[in-house]
Amino acid sequence: MGLTNSSIGIKAVDSGLIIQKQTPSDKVIALAGNPNVGKSTVFNALTGMNQHTGNWPGKTVSNAQGYCRTKKQSYVMVDIPGTYSLMAHSAEEEVARNFICFGAPDAVVVVCDATCLERNLNLVLQTLEISSKVVVCVNLMDEAARKNIRIDLPLLAKRLGVPVVGAVARKKNTLSGLLNSLDGTVGAGSQAVPLSVHYPEIIEAVISELQPVVRRKSGEQLNSRWLCLKLLDPDESLIQEINAYLGEEFLQDVELNQAISRAKETLAQQGVDSDRFKDLIVSALVKTAESVCEGAITYEHHGYDASDRRLDRILTSKLTGYPVMLALLALVFWLTITGANYPSQLISAGLFRVQDRLTDLFRFFHAPDWLHGMLVLGVYRVVAWVVSVMLPPMAIFFPLFTLLEDAGYLPRVAYNLDKPFKRCCACGKQALCM
Amino acid sequence: MNQQICLNDIRPGQHATVRALRSTGSMRRRLLDIGLVEDTDVECLGRSPGGDPTAFLIRGAVIAIRSEDCKNILIRAL
Repeated sequence: MGLTNSSIGIKAVDSGLIIQKQTPSDKVIALAGNPNVGKSTVFNALTGMNQHTGNWPGKTVSNAQGYCRTKKQSYVMVDIPGTYSLMAHSAEEEVARNFICFGAPDAVVVVCDATCLERNLNLVLQTLEISSKVVVCVNLMDEAARKNIRIDLPLLAKRLGVPVVGAVARKKNTLSGLLNSLDGTVGAGSQAVPLSVHYPEIIEAVISELQPVVRRKSGEQLNSRWLCLKLLDPDESLIQEINAYLGEEFLQDVELNQAISRAKETLAQQGVDSDRFKDLIVSALVKTAESVCEGAITYEHHGYDASDRRLDRILTSKLTGYPVMLALLALVFWLTITGANYPSQLISAGLFRVQDRLTDLFRFFHAPDWLHGMLVLGVYRVVAWVVSVMLPPMAIFFPLFTLLEDAGYLPRVAYNLDKPFKRCCACGKQALCM
Repeated sequence: MNQQICLNDIRPGQHATVRALRSTGSMRRRLLDIGLVEDTDVECLGRSPGGDPTAFLIRGAVIAIRSEDCKNILIRAL
């Protein structure tokens, strides 16, 4: 077997990324997860890389890859964009879905946030519809413990039908459980039977009609149940991917198209149009996630408790909301401006002393006046001024702002200011840029 | 009787369950993504100092929704 594209690499759809295996026996693992669950931390801890990804939209639409190995197996880890679902509503979701479906990874790791696991299960359930080779990695177990959230991982694993492992990605040694499960999942003879989301009867009925045809036409490459659901409500990019993956003749097949239009007719007769279809699917996912978590996750005191309520009443009420906000922001500005004076003076004193020494040096070499003027009085002096004036306020303001952000105050500012901003055709979130 | 009441009709402290969404397009998807599917329990927490938006407790998360969007979320009051 030569080193053809198919033996050493698979082309990751859309991003143009070629998966580079170090040896042909490397297994390709897709690392999926919601945004902000520490997915990149898991990726970096596993691969020893230092991958930075931003949270703003459009940043991570491409896939990064790295390598890691266990005693049994070596892996290529592919970090795919963080998404809440695989419905392809955005560029990120499209890339994520396309890689999981058509990039043919050997397994998928879905990283979840232990503090809001139920919400994260939406993505897990959608991934399970596509692939049975899935390991769920529940990250931030320490945060959950701090918030008194108890998670019964074995029970979740039993209900989901795939391994569920806890982790604290910041501590590398907690990831050994994940690697052990991966070894098991990609190993020969592993036949996980993942939980399958049960949709309302009408949808289940058309799926069972359509599935045999789809399975016969598409072969074993894609999960036929999932493909049925998608064919009933396809999007542009999916059609392209299917054409590229299964060949154009698949979607042009007469028998298949007849079966699809029959199914759509049945749905329409029951009043299920495209919007209603999407609603039913999303509802079924949300409700399945709810029932999977029931009894497996317990909160000592519920997510939003009495002290949060009291604090929010002060921070956002009609009477105190604006005064508290103004006072807090004034305090931040006062600290920034007053506090910055002292380091500013120190830095400028230091830098200008250096300027004097530089002048001495130029004199010592009998440098012409214009050269001294340009380099020392021009370039150096300007840079010194800018640094001593700008650096201290920034070094004070940004950490303070980060504190406000971590405390969760910024969304409240956005909430308080949404109405005046809406008048200007903007939204409250934009208050933070000002 | 309860047919046309929406999220704007509950006051802080009151609970309701979602009956249907009338919004369309990306707002509809957004609302579904935050878990506002049929039969979801919603608690009204309070209004912003400007009177709009309103904060709701939805599936353990506090989410603010503007009244123009609330009017498209039909509910059953409890």
